[in-house]
Amino acid sequence: MDVEGDDSALPEDSGRRRKVHGMLKLYYGLNEEGKSNEQPQALDPCDINGPHFDPEIYMNKLRRECTLAELMDQETCMVKQIRSLDSDMQTLVYENYNKFISATDTIRKMKNDFKKMEDEMDCLSANMEAITDFSARISGTLQDQHTQITKLSGVHTLLRKLQFLFELPARLNKCLELQAYSQAVSSHRRARCVLQQYSHLPSFRGIQDDCHAIMDKLAQELRQKFRDGGTSAKDLSECVELLLQLDEPAEELCDKFLSHARSRLESDLQAASPNENISNLTSLPSPTSNADILEFIDRGCNEFVSSLCLVITSYQELFIVHAQSDELLHAFVDDLAACYFSLVERRIQEEKSVGDNSLLVRALDRFHRRLQAVAKLLPGSSVPHHGTEIVIRAATERVKQYLSALQSFYMDSLTDVRQALATPRLSVAGGASHLGGAELLSSLSASILNQIKSVLASVHLFTAKDITFSNKPYFKGEFCSQGVRESLVVSFIKFICQSSRQFCESAGDKGGSTPPILLLLLSRLCLDYETSTISYILTLTDEQFLVQHHTPVTPVTALCAEAREAAQKLLNHYVKVQGLIISQMLRKSVETRDWVNTIEPRNVRAVMKRVVEDATSIDVQVGLLYEEGVRKAHSSDSSKRTFSVYSSSRQQAARYAASYTPSAPLDTNLLSNIHKLFSERIDIFSSVEFNKVSVMTGIIKISLKTFLECVRLRTFGRYGLQQIQVDCHYLQMYLWRFVSDENLVHFLLDEIVGSSAHRCLDPAPMEQSVIEVICERG
Amino acid sequence: MEDDAPVIYGLEFQARALTAQTAETDAIRFLVGTQSLKFENQIHVIEFDDENNIINKNVLLHQAGEIWHIGASPADKAVLTTCYNKTSDSRVVSCAAVWRMPCDLETESHESPDDSAHNPQALELLCHLDDSTYGNAACVLWEPMGDGKRVISLADNHALLWDLQESFTQAKVSSTATLEGKGQLKFTSGKWSPHHNSSQFATANETAIRAWDLRTMSQIYCIENAHGQLVRDLDFNPNRQYYLASCGDDCKVKFWDVRNVQEPVKTLEDHSHCLRTSFWEPRI
Repeated sequence: MDVEGDDSALPEDSGRRRKVHGMLKLYYGLNEEGKSNEQPQALDPCDINGPHFDPEIYMNKLRRECTLAELMDQETCMVKQIRSLDSDMQTLVYENYNKFISATDTIRKMKNDFKKMEDEMDCLSANMEAITDFSARISGTLQDQHTQITKLSGVHTLLRKLQFLFELPARLNKCLELQAYSQAVSSHRRARCVLQQYSHLPSFRGIQDDCHAIMDKLAQELRQKFRDGGTSAKDLSECVELLLQLDEPAEELCDKFLSHARSRLESDLQAASPNENISNLTSLPSPTSNADILEFIDRGCNEFVSSLCLVITSYQELFIVHAQSDELLHAFVDDLAACYFSLVERRIQEEKSVGDNSLLVRALDRFHRRLQAVAKLLPGSSVPHHGTEIVIRAATERVKQYLSALQSFYMDSLTDVRQALATPRLSVAGGASHLGGAELLSSLSASILNQIKSVLASVHLFTAKDITFSNKPYFKGEFCSQGVRESLVVSFIKFICQSSRQFCESAGDKGGSTPPILLLLLSRLCLDYETSTISYILTLTDEQFLVQHHTPVTPVTALCAEAREAAQKLLNHYVKVQGLIISQMLRKSVETRDWVNTIEPRNVRAVMKRVVEDATSIDVQVGLLYEEGVRKAHSSDSSKRTFSVYSSSRQQAARYAASYTPSAPLDTNLLSNIHKLFSERIDIFSSVEFNKVSVMTGIIKISLKTFLECVRLRTFGRYGLQQIQVDCHYLQMYLWRFVSDENLVHFLLDEIVGSSAHRCLDPAPMEQSVIEVICERG
Repeated sequence: MEDDAPVIYGLEFQARALTAQTAETDAIRFLVGTQSLKFENQIHVIEFDDENNIINKNVLLHQAGEIWHIGASPADKAVLTTCYNKTSDSRVVSCAAVWRMPCDLETESHESPDDSAHNPQALELLCHLDDSTYGNAACVLWEPMGDGKRVISLADNHALLWDLQESFTQAKVSSTATLEGKGQLKFTSGKWSPHHNSSQFATANETAIRAWDLRTMSQIYCIENAHGQLVRDLDFNPNRQYYLASCGDDCKVKFWDVRNVQEPVKTLEDHSHCLRTSFWEPRI
């Protein structure tokens, strides 16, 4: 009934309604704050819609403020509003009137219906009264019969019980015959108390005696059965349960039970043992060592561990009340588990082939998993702990096996390399074999790296997420750092270095069976390891195994240093071996010749050509694996170089020739000695650098030094000296290009010529031009 | 001694042979043999006076040829052996001989004016160890403990045991041992062991060291490939009968226990040039 717009025709009414409305609103706490805001407006008596509207004041105000025209307008406007409000009100009144009429009808109808209902209710209450009456009468009549029935049924039960008691001996006998021991025991248990209670009555006593006799027999039979022990674990536990119910002494049973269980489990073990073929004890087919480890562990778990679990559960069910039983059980389980573990360990030790690690890992996983069951059943047991230890031992053993496999793989690949080096040398003389050097090196290092990777992958299985023991702290920490990183990867790298060093030590003095190129190859391999491979492998390992180093581990730098040392040693050794080969040739050539009575030189001796050829092939060999290296700057023109050598050697020869006039022997010796003092000292067997030039320099140094030493031990005739001159010039022409500092070659060759002049009976040196002609012709 | 300045003695010729005068017990005396193709070779008897830290010398002429090896008799300090090269008819032959030094050696100070060079005395030849039928002599070994009557000379691939009779004037070969093998085998040096009743000696050829029993003149043991290159010299430890030192062209000194010759006991690699000789210090 909300009226909108102005309501000047019924200002009183509207104002009152508003007031009422406002008061209601006030009562329900509606629009409280809004109201307070409008308060000054609402109190305004000139507000036509406000509650405090005062027509008199409004009119006065209008009259005072507005012009006539405005008043006229106001008036028409107000009349219009009043008219519309009137029509609105009429509509509202009409609608509400209809509703009121229908409400009145409804109320009238309800009044009629209630009257009818009242009548029916009265009728109902009357009926109920009648029913109560009847019911009371019936129960009154049935009272006597009811008590009689109750009594009768009580008698019936009693009689039934009595019958059961009387029939008990027969029933027990029958049970005994049928071997339904559990039924017999439960029957007897039910009757036992009653019989005990009424044992003073002779008839009951008889029954009791009979029952006792039968039950004794039964117990006897049970004990017999128990003693035989051949029955299954389930039967046995049932047996024990029955005997316990028959009040047999628990401790004794406990002991017997355990001993039976032990014998049975031991027979399981025996059957599982790979060495003994005892098939008649259990159905377990004895696994021979050729059955794989997974199968073995599977069987062991299915047979032994599950029966052990069964024993534990039944034992706990049966004897858990006894205080000492727990310790007994622990001892028992530990004892048997130890046997089983030793068996498992023996089998694991047999697992030597490193081909497929996943089988072993899976077997160990299963083994470990099954032992967790024991842990759950027997919380304080040390069995799972020992099991984990076995797993750890197996893992460490495995790592060791992988290490030795890697080592043998390495040695095998070295043998392969040796063969590869030997074969082409037979078929194609010279260059072809040397071309293979770099390829062999790359294939060798690649295959080693692959092998390491595959081994890492295999070992990684131990730490896979789905393996139960991988979250043990050992496998998270120590296994990764100490096991895999240290004793596998680091040890292998150390092994490579060490075996390389062994090549230097053993092969050098004893027979020299190692081909020199292998030394060179290994040296390069070690150097590569030093520069990149070691850090790569270790980073790979650390990433794969997320190694957290709790314990100190071998740092990369130490390994690199070791590899570098090995590389250096190998290269030094290579230089020594090659130097020895060439020096041997030179020494033989000097020692076996009669230098006093030799003919005038016409040719360079074949040995020198051979030396140059060998040096060239060594140069090619080394060049394939090592970088060129730095030379000391030398003159660019080779002919000029030859000339400078020529002049210096001529000078020296001339000087020696002059020195051997009898007049002044001391002066020349002194001169040459002073010359030596000021020339650079040459370390013959010094370390070489990792480049071709340095290697070649080392080899040539050794060779020429030996040449010099041999010359000093001989006596020369005139032509002997000249031959040496020719040979040295020839060497001069070809060897300078190999070495880092050609002055070194010049110095050593001058020294050789000088020494031979010194050891010459008739020192008449050959003309340099003749020497050159001979050398160029050769 | 450490406080004193080092004592240096210079020779006018190159020299390769040096030995201690073993029979001399009072003075420290060395014998040095020179090598000269042109001039008269000399033997310098050098005495070191360790109280005054000076050197006394005597020069003796060795006219036969340049000296490659020298050995002093352990029994008679005046007797020595040399191996020398003799050039005749444009052939170089290595010989060995026993010599006696003149007994009235006036010792003169090294510092004194060198007037002995004007009239040096010559050695007296006692006998030739005439081994030319066997080859060129490489060295002569005196029996270390005996009465100085036995020597061994090594000539090419033969080892000859000589008996010196009639006060060294006659030498007779009493037994020989020959190293058989392919190629031209040649002993480079040898040493007579002072142990085992002086019944053993060792020789070096190429890279191998061999020991021989004098009584049977047969090989006792052999260290094949004792060095990477030629073995130059070897010596027995005077106090430990099983220890042997060797050196070679590979710049290494190796110590061997002859009971186990597979591996050297110790290897020194500190030298940077080829080694010619090695001696045990007597006190070790």
